[in-house]
Amino acid sequence: MYWNEKYECMPREQLEELQLERLKATVERAYHNVPHYRRLMQEKGIEPSDIQSLEDLRKLPFTTKNDLRENYPYGMFAVPLSEVVRIHSSSGTTGKPTVVGYTRNDLNVWAELMARSLTCGGATKNDVIHNAYGYGLFTGGLGVHYGAERIGASVIPISGGNTKRQVMIMKDYGSTILTCTPSYALYLAEVMEEMGVRPEDLKLKCGIFGAEPWSENMRKEIEKKLPLIALDIYGLSEIIGPGVAMECPEKNGLHIFEDHFIPEIIDPVTEEPLPYGQFGELVFTTITKEALPMIRYRTRDISALYKEPCSCGRTLVRMARVSGRTDDMLIIRGVNVFPSQIESVLLEIGETEPHYQLIVQREGSLDTLEVQVEVSERLFSDKVRRLEELENKIRAEIESTLGITVKVTLVEPKTIQRSEGKAKRVIDKRRI
Amino acid sequence: MKVKQISVFLENKSGRLAAVTRVLGEEDINIRALSIADTSDFGILRLIVNQPEKAYRALKDHGFTVSMTDVIAVEMPDQPGGLAEVMAVMEEHNLNIEYLYAFIGKVPNGALVIFRVENIDEALKILEEKGITVLSGEKVYSL
Repeated sequence: MYWNEKYECMPREQLEELQLERLKATVERAYHNVPHYRRLMQEKGIEPSDIQSLEDLRKLPFTTKNDLRENYPYGMFAVPLSEVVRIHSSSGTTGKPTVVGYTRNDLNVWAELMARSLTCGGATKNDVIHNAYGYGLFTGGLGVHYGAERIGASVIPISGGNTKRQVMIMKDYGSTILTCTPSYALYLAEVMEEMGVRPEDLKLKCGIFGAEPWSENMRKEIEKKLPLIALDIYGLSEIIGPGVAMECPEKNGLHIFEDHFIPEIIDPVTEEPLPYGQFGELVFTTITKEALPMIRYRTRDISALYKEPCSCGRTLVRMARVSGRTDDMLIIRGVNVFPSQIESVLLEIGETEPHYQLIVQREGSLDTLEVQVEVSERLFSDKVRRLEELENKIRAEIESTLGITVKVTLVEPKTIQRSEGKAKRVIDKRRI
Repeated sequence: MKVKQISVFLENKSGRLAAVTRVLGEEDINIRALSIADTSDFGILRLIVNQPEKAYRALKDHGFTVSMTDVIAVEMPDQPGGLAEVMAVMEEHNLNIEYLYAFIGKVPNGALVIFRVENIDEALKILEEKGITVLSGEKVYSL
């Protein structure tokens, strides 16, 4: 089932012609409207007219999250703010937030891509879409919402939290499609079981899960516990939000909506493009975005691209499910966590370089984060109450910074492993 | 009249207390009294030893988080109501006790209680005025 057969099943040659035409227009627009892109291209001695084929994409400079931060808040926008109708943003706790803007047409494209994604999972106007992605500055909730409305499905904008109520609503309202993070899906299943709601009480048929890495085993577990087929969706706010790529029921990689984005895989060290089938860093160039065109944006996500057509009939390139990151970012319950965020909280409290370690585990189906902090002489007190206050203070500060709950444990000095080079801050015990 | 107490941060895992006592033993330091306050992840070991400065240095050199704090050692008759009398004085003067621990023996017919209070100088003054026996550091270390 396709939402837009013309583009999803377009013959390769025709698709590439379309991509080239759109790429040229994007580079032209970026060059003339975004000083940052113009400067980078001039430094490399490139002009928009140098882009004559899709291979010429390689001549263009990369863009990183840092470029967005340096141009905070609106410096990367290619249109005046009067044409921007929506703004989303990251939490910005590692530094300046990443601000992304959308023109009316960008929202239109996004809704189209989400409509395609939901249709990939079998959604029609007769479906009831239970949208448990967060609504707000995070792109997940509203992305799904507009896609569901585009299809004409009935969307329940329930957002995250209040899990028992979610189960009741899923059951009573007859939700047929569930959209949330995969770990939340597992948690929903657990709570459902505790409440005595049986899978056959639900009408779910498909779950569209993303915003955090997950594995084939996790898929099997979700599918065992919930009456649905679990499909992977991929996206990131810098590119557009969810709906950059979507898995079809063949479960054979995610179809990248290439009429809007050109994907590449590069070696993260040499920055050289890698051939199809090889794992490396995923890079995207947007070719229709108006407000925030992204040229060769380095996602830090590790994946591979496959060109062979899928038996579902879509001709789009597929990407392997994201298997990791090239930086130290952790994704915990859908929230991006950088060790540096925790470090800066500790620095503020302790005013000295803290030794700390993050232990990530999966308890049941939920990710947990434990922050172990070495207690220094300056932080130490012979009163239990003071130390507990210290733990609580650190915990509260981290929670308000990250927006997720953590456990803080004080440990003895020198017990956290030191390393000569880059400190090993994270012990990820999750098996996903 | 203050007594130096050594406090050590200990994670709740096996062998930590053994490690502290080993260091003290090797340094020929004798423990006069001790108490442990613990939570689910950590404990605080509090010690009165015969050579507090040396113990502090040795534990610090062995990588422990150590602090030295002033506490009060009060001697009281080892009989029913002995502690109650001292507590009544504390209560009457609003001397807030952070924690206390006791040990008996050594002093003939007497018990010793170690108090950690918020305002140690004021507490010392009041206890002495009320005729309660407060022991000096030297006395306690050499018990």
